[in-house]
Amino acid sequence: MTISIDPQKTNNESLQPKGWLRYFSFSLDHKVIGIQYLVCGFLFYLIGGTLASAIRIELASPMSDFMPRDVYNQVLTLHGTIMIFLWIVPVVNGAFGNYLIPFYVGARDMAFPRLNAVAFWLIPPSGLMLVASYFVEGAAQAGWTAYPPLSITTPQSGQIIWIMSVLLLGGSSIFGGINFIATIIKLRRPGLKLMQLPMYCWAMLGTSILVVLSTPVLAGTLILLSFDIIANTGFFNPVLGGNVVVYQHLFWFYSHPAVYIMVLPAFGLVSEILPVHARKPLFGYTTMVFSIMGIVVLGLVVWAHHMFTSGTPPWMRLFFTIATAFIAVPTGIKFFNWVATLWGGKISINSAMLFSCGFIINFVFGGITGVALAQVPFDIHVHDTYFVVAHFHYIVYGGTVFIIFSSIYHWFPKVTGKMLNEKLGILHFIITFIGFNLCFAPQHWLGLNGMPRRVAEYDPQFQFVNQISSLGALLMAISTIPFLINIFLSMRNGQVSGDNPWKALTPEWLTSSPPPVENWEGEAPLVEEPYGYGKQFSEQK
Amino acid sequence: MTTINSSKEIQKNNSEVNEKHDDFRMFGLITFLIADGMTFAGFFAAYLTYKAVNPLPDGAIYELELPIPTLNTILLLVSSATFHKAGKALLKDKNPDAQKWLFCTAFLGIIFLICQLFEYFHLPFGLTDNLFASTFYALTGFHGLHVTLGTLMILIIAWQSRINGGRVTSQNMFPLEAVELYWHFVDGIWVILFIILYLL
Repeated sequence: MTISIDPQKTNNESLQPKGWLRYFSFSLDHKVIGIQYLVCGFLFYLIGGTLASAIRIELASPMSDFMPRDVYNQVLTLHGTIMIFLWIVPVVNGAFGNYLIPFYVGARDMAFPRLNAVAFWLIPPSGLMLVASYFVEGAAQAGWTAYPPLSITTPQSGQIIWIMSVLLLGGSSIFGGINFIATIIKLRRPGLKLMQLPMYCWAMLGTSILVVLSTPVLAGTLILLSFDIIANTGFFNPVLGGNVVVYQHLFWFYSHPAVYIMVLPAFGLVSEILPVHARKPLFGYTTMVFSIMGIVVLGLVVWAHHMFTSGTPPWMRLFFTIATAFIAVPTGIKFFNWVATLWGGKISINSAMLFSCGFIINFVFGGITGVALAQVPFDIHVHDTYFVVAHFHYIVYGGTVFIIFSSIYHWFPKVTGKMLNEKLGILHFIITFIGFNLCFAPQHWLGLNGMPRRVAEYDPQFQFVNQISSLGALLMAISTIPFLINIFLSMRNGQVSGDNPWKALTPEWLTSSPPPVENWEGEAPLVEEPYGYGKQFSEQK
Repeated sequence: MTTINSSKEIQKNNSEVNEKHDDFRMFGLITFLIADGMTFAGFFAAYLTYKAVNPLPDGAIYELELPIPTLNTILLLVSSATFHKAGKALLKDKNPDAQKWLFCTAFLGIIFLICQLFEYFHLPFGLTDNLFASTFYALTGFHGLHVTLGTLMILIIAWQSRINGGRVTSQNMFPLEAVELYWHFVDGIWVILFIILYLL
């Protein structure tokens, strides 16, 4: 049996609004949904960034009275939740995945277009619900991890809204994951082998496997937690005989893979961007594929390294230390392959390339501190200090968000048919890079010297370093301005890019920019080698 | 460019593929059931951990009666067989037969739920009595929710497989097959749940 996936039949062009209004409609076009994910995620990034600035203002002086203590906890919780569940996960999976994967597998849409629309439209309402919970009496204030018993004993209305919102976002994530797996495995054109797919497809396949296997566990855990709050059961409440460590196990069974759900797609995207701007084939394609799958397998069995201080028995600590340290092997393979891709290439210094190189630098730093944190004695020393905060932000901001910006610079001509202004882009990169490192590098020092995280007041000896950090945060906030100006100016009157401004070989560039509704006029081009840059060179000579 | 293969054969292949593709809704459903199974796996893991490390306080009532859950297991296993019969009948275009078997399956599902409610009302402990009770109700309740949804879907399928104007026919077997797979999945979960909760 066959199903028609002709988008013109499912999408009915004549009924759809034209121009930018269609981004506000229930469109089934994967490109429209991708942009919807991106813009929606970016709006939440601005909200989460504002909250982060508020935190840094509070921390600029040791005894600041910028906000009351419970508001500080609420801001902290909202910042973490928004940045993870509403900015990074939806954008790096949903936005770029939706936009690129159908091109890469040679299809006219995702495997299940309606499911795709459902997955996106779960996000704005649940995100608004989460933000609105701040104005309810007592917003969630137990951190983005919502550890019981704190999440049970603090004011409950906000925490329940928080749980419902995260459940909906998890559902959105699972629907997206099912769609990506089906698209990549089943919707490939005949003759396109798995080992010919661009790296981003592999990254999304690995990510989607992680999403499908681990997100439901978080959903189940949060359902139990909501029972604890609403129905006064005792799953995680020690007073009623429950066990908080069970919550931590179940929570981290999702939330450790969540780190890979955030960073694996970024690995895929950087593997697409580097070869184009270095004019070289991706080094070690096969090892890249196997390292992604290695990360997926190892990522599922290392969650307890978040719990070394939770009374974990020594044999468990040993296992999780070794397994965690092993993840450095596939990650290291990827890092060396990226460097080898750059090595001897004809590198063009533009914003996309700069952000990708910034990603590599930041990610190495974050990865090395990660290996350090996997070692039990060191982890016990710096657990719940700013060292962990710095490590985490080096992975998630210095890694993933840099790649999100890099991808925006890389694919903007594809989406709009206009080039972004390179000068503003480079300015954006310089401010972001300096601001980011100024903000988070000193936090390693803070953590090693014992400043705990999630505090509003601290010892005066940390004041100077905290002020440097806050200055960096200010720069990061400022860096959004040239970016936004760039986007608006370039969309309005940017230089026309042509179909393939980077002379890239991956399939999305072989159609017009912006692409037509069905991705290709006529037949889709078949790309045998998405990274055949070297060959093209030798033939031109 | 050499990297773009434009041979006629492949291009022809493409145009066919791009307008139509094989039906892989079943593949999507299986992926979803794996995800759903992971939710149960999380619950099972929590329950087993509680059993191992959080012993009940002295005097807590812990005994479960076996007859009703055993009957329920038999009911669900039989309902899997009747569902299979319905699929066979529909494939031979015997829609009234298929409908009978579907109603039979739904009836078994409803009996299962009634038995479960009967068990709930006669258990000596409530949801918040102790950790075991909470986990017991969470696990069986979550499974009962699945059975409820499955029964509703079976009734819809039965309605849709009527002879005149029904959308589920031997040409459109997918809805029936999807619900059947879901029903077998729920059965399998029950068997695991029965072993872990009642027998272990």
